[in-house]
Amino acid sequence: MADSGSGDIAVIGNTDLTTSESENNIKNTMVEKGTNLLKRMEIGVAEAEKRTGKNAVNMQETYTVYLVETRAVDASSEGTTPVPDSLWRRYSEFELLKNYLLVTYPFLVVPPLPEKRAEFVWHKLSADNMDPDFVERRRVGLENFLLRVASHAVLSNDKIFYSFLTEENGWKESVFETGFQAKADSRLKALNATFRVKNADKRFADMKQYGDELQSVISQLLRVRARAADRLYGVYKVHGNYGRVFSEWSAIEKEMGDGLQSAGHHMDAYAASVDDILEEEEHYADQLKEYLFYADALRAVCRKHELTQFELEMAAQDLISKKQQQEELATGTVRTFSLKGMTSKLFGQETPEQRETKLKMLETQIEEGEELVKERNRECEEFVKSAWVDIERFKEQKDHDLREALISYAIMQISMCKKGIQVWNNAKECFSKM
Amino acid sequence: MLDLDEDDDLEVFSKNTTEGSSFNPSTQTSPGSMINQYKFQEEEEEIDTKDIFVTVDDPESYVTAIETYITYRVVTKTTRSEFDSSEFEVRRRYQDFLWLKARLEEAHPTLIVHPLPEKFVMKGMVERFNENFIETRRKALNRFLNRIADHPIFSSTEDFRIFLTADVGALTSHKKQGPGFLSRMGESVRGLAATVRGVRNRPEEFTAMQEYVEAFGQNISSLDKVTQRIVREQKEYLEDLKECVPTYTQWSNSEEELAEPLRGMASCLERCFTETEEQVKELNDNLNPTLHEYVLCTETLKTVLRRRDIIQAEFEAKTEALLAKHADRETDSKVLSLAWDNLVGRSPEEVKQQKQQKLEGEIKEIREDLSKMEDKLEWANNALKSDWTRWKKVMRTDLQSAFMDTAEKNVNCYEKCLAVWESFLLSQRTDAEGTQVSDSS
Repeated sequence: MADSGSGDIAVIGNTDLTTSESENNIKNTMVEKGTNLLKRMEIGVAEAEKRTGKNAVNMQETYTVYLVETRAVDASSEGTTPVPDSLWRRYSEFELLKNYLLVTYPFLVVPPLPEKRAEFVWHKLSADNMDPDFVERRRVGLENFLLRVASHAVLSNDKIFYSFLTEENGWKESVFETGFQAKADSRLKALNATFRVKNADKRFADMKQYGDELQSVISQLLRVRARAADRLYGVYKVHGNYGRVFSEWSAIEKEMGDGLQSAGHHMDAYAASVDDILEEEEHYADQLKEYLFYADALRAVCRKHELTQFELEMAAQDLISKKQQQEELATGTVRTFSLKGMTSKLFGQETPEQRETKLKMLETQIEEGEELVKERNRECEEFVKSAWVDIERFKEQKDHDLREALISYAIMQISMCKKGIQVWNNAKECFSKM
Repeated sequence: MLDLDEDDDLEVFSKNTTEGSSFNPSTQTSPGSMINQYKFQEEEEEIDTKDIFVTVDDPESYVTAIETYITYRVVTKTTRSEFDSSEFEVRRRYQDFLWLKARLEEAHPTLIVHPLPEKFVMKGMVERFNENFIETRRKALNRFLNRIADHPIFSSTEDFRIFLTADVGALTSHKKQGPGFLSRMGESVRGLAATVRGVRNRPEEFTAMQEYVEAFGQNISSLDKVTQRIVREQKEYLEDLKECVPTYTQWSNSEEELAEPLRGMASCLERCFTETEEQVKELNDNLNPTLHEYVLCTETLKTVLRRRDIIQAEFEAKTEALLAKHADRETDSKVLSLAWDNLVGRSPEEVKQQKQQKLEGEIKEIREDLSKMEDKLEWANNALKSDWTRWKKVMRTDLQSAFMDTAEKNVNCYEKCLAVWESFLLSQRTDAEGTQVSDSS
């Protein structure tokens, strides 16, 4: 499942980082270039535990912590596996890490976390976050998240990620120190860009639409699947009633008794078999869920592109208008309507000195504007380049993973059919002895 | 074995069994001959010597100005000599079957008549003229008639023969004969009285039968309900499964590499849906009706046991009446009634003699009745016992084959689904290998 990122993908500096941070990353990259974190270290989320403590508003709360274990790969030279290093993390810390990654690497499709609350439940599964089954599935999901990050060529080199795995205390503070929260784009800003951008790269627009479609279709599937699981559970369990009645009936029959009794046992076995079946089905659902959430990450990248493109367009637009102003001022013609033009008409022309000052100001602004446009253009191009690379990587990963998911679903169905055949053949034999 | 000369009414059969013939308990002769006549052969012999075959098929709507109803074709093939020919074909409606059943029950109150499908099924909200309902009813009617044909006593009744052979007009006029409404009323009133009185000395085996019927009834009823519940849940499951198919197809339209496996998924689910649908149909059309028939059977059994009880109660009542008369005779012989007789001018001796004579007459009458009733009871008990054994055998066969068919169908369904998924898996794996080798066929 883990994506073995090739070392060929170049590490691209994120223009949103401060200089010191990007230096850090680059340093790390230079040190570990071509090395996959996973080649050096094993990562896992081994256990979960309940804790109680006081929260931010000084109220008692119960929460779950997960044990993150790391172990150096090369150390098993004497044949003994060393004791892993470990620390405890809460779900909220995982969330913090993810948000940090999202903001810091907006051009990457950041792996998703397992769901915060149990959704798409069917009756047997509880929607309670404290339920042991839910906690267990979440543990698996968190481990999966860490492995996905650790196997991404770029993300695996992140220092904050590394310290998440290795430094229990003070990690939270170090994340906040990066000031990533300030860099986060506001939703409003992003929405605005989406509506007003003119020349977004078509590939990204298509990807965004794909993300929408993927989310819609997987949600639908998960919903229907949950209902179907409920029904199937009912069908199997009701067969258990056959078992009970056969048993009672066999008590009053002489010749039929044995056959009925043993048939009843098979019905009980049939009823019990649904639990395993649905557990495996749940695993399939979890795989779908991961890609449901991945769709969000995909769309986030596309939105970021729209934003950078929009900012480029805004800068370019600004430059053009400034140049126009310059022209108008220089030639004294008013080509387009402008407030300045009107006010000057109303209140009289400016003095030559004022015009000079203005022209000089405009020139500086135009110079700065051109620099800005160049920079934004570069940012945009780099973003498109690196984002598209990661999107392609993501596509391959998704195709591979989902195909594997479909295959394991088929395997699960096959196993279910085989069990069914066995049970009913046995039952048939018992009936024949009735 | 069979003493055919004793009773002219008996008809000779080509069957080499010692089974009884069409007769009415009230015209019977000695109990001995009757019990002998009512012996059953082994099941194998019955099958070998089966000489009458009936089928109920071809339902058709019959429309008149007043009503619309369904008629069914009843085909008979037989070598029995009391039938004028060897093949018959008539059309009968549900009412006619009801009539036949009632007649058989009347003539043989302690024999077990297989139940008829109910008049109108409310449960599934099925309309009377719904195709599925008609087919289910046809199958049940077919089963009913075949049970009658297989029954040694029922199949030799005149009513049965007429049912199979008479044209509609002849049947109608035959229906008009026979004990009328009032006599049936009289019977049930007597029966009520006897029920109220209760049975004093019921033989152990009949009590055991009653207990069995109670327990059996509960079990069969539960199985009926369980099966209905399974059908319901399966149908809802199928609804959900069906929804998945277009979703996978829709998804495949957004994908490139994944399009083909997703379409494969959709097609697999569709095929599994079809197979499961058939399996549910089997449950609904075969297991369910069979179980339901045996729920109805339980009622029949209870009724038959009750009727036997009534016969016994009547016998016991008569026995008590006889004892009472004996007691009367005893006391009367000792009492001299003086005053009234003097007034009337008869001598005490005369009166006493008259009374004694009258009592003797009454006692004789009661004795005769009692004798008949004793025979009737003995016959009823034996009939019930034999038919009980027979019924249990039939029940065992019926239910065994119903459950086996269900199990078989379930296996088939799973096998077909298995094949579907296995071929999907194969296609995915070879696909993957194909692309890895970078040289696909």
